[in-house]
Amino acid sequence: MQRRYAWRIVLLLLKPICMYSKTSKKKAFLAGAWDTLPLIVAAVPFGIIYGALAVAGGLSEAITMAMSLLVFAGSSQFIVVTLVAAMAAAPVIVLTVFIVNLRHMLYSASLMKTMQHYPQWVRVPLAFWLTDETFAVVNNRLALRANDKNFVWYYFGSALAMYSNWALCSWIGMRMGQQVPDLSSWGLEVAMVVAFVGIVVPSLHKPSHWVCAAVAAVSAVLTRDWPHQTGLLASGLFAIAAGMLFDRDAQEEPENV
Amino acid sequence: MSDDAWLILAMMLVTFGPRYLPFALAGKIELPPILVKALGYVPIAILTAIIALNSVVQDNQIQLHLHNHHLIAAIVAGVLAFFTRRLALTIVVGLLVFAMLRWFAV
Repeated sequence: MQRRYAWRIVLLLLKPICMYSKTSKKKAFLAGAWDTLPLIVAAVPFGIIYGALAVAGGLSEAITMAMSLLVFAGSSQFIVVTLVAAMAAAPVIVLTVFIVNLRHMLYSASLMKTMQHYPQWVRVPLAFWLTDETFAVVNNRLALRANDKNFVWYYFGSALAMYSNWALCSWIGMRMGQQVPDLSSWGLEVAMVVAFVGIVVPSLHKPSHWVCAAVAAVSAVLTRDWPHQTGLLASGLFAIAAGMLFDRDAQEEPENV
Repeated sequence: MSDDAWLILAMMLVTFGPRYLPFALAGKIELPPILVKALGYVPIAILTAIIALNSVVQDNQIQLHLHNHHLIAAIVAGVLAFFTRRLALTIVVGLLVFAMLRWFAV
């Protein structure tokens, strides 16, 4: 009799937990993390090689981890490692980071319509965690479900999964870099390449998208020697202009990728 | 504060600023339609440029040949993504192709 009573209490205590797990907020959070999983798989070698390169380039452990935790922008962290190894001056490093990460402003601007529904204190962490990967995933979600009430939870799920994985992999890479000195020559950045291919190719819906992609690729290769990655930014702008020029349906709403 | 801490702080600000500015202004200003349309092209333009720089270019040289393992992996991934539209499959097969090319040093 007493045992049955105890079970009832246990069930009563478990009930809110079970109910929480059924809420659509948690579902959205987990869905965000789940949909980001393929990109996380790709970020693993990328994070590891960052940590390894940082060690090889002579960065301290504190700086290596501080960049992953506080700056949180993969490709610019790589560039910083090469710049520090080349003894670049601090203003050059900061300016380069700024330019390379300017593309996030374009991502951020294309999410403005959705963000106006949320208070500033929610927008701050969402902005901090805005990466190529999370942008691709949440942008896709918006294309599928334009008025998702739990969009913010979906975004947080994706962002936190990316963030924790990035921090962990940077740390593992740092440790591995101390053990396996030639890790940085394994060509692990290929993971980023195939991940981006997997994002971009399915988003090429119309001829103007293909024009945009073609111009971006050719221009980026031809401008690779421009200083401080300015070629990347210029190529992006050329490609957008080319895409707009070939865009036939002037009245149509912008396509979500 | 040490020089390192200042450098981290500066990098943090120049990274967070551009990420946050449009979010901060959301609802306060309205972007012109042509700009909204242009923003739709941003991911294709920037990501394709990054792909090209990390596949076609190796050691700062244009390398359009079969010994460029990064390029082969990217092409295989592209074909797969085009026909299947499945991200996870694309990434896993792309990485496997690259690993095999490396392993057998084609």
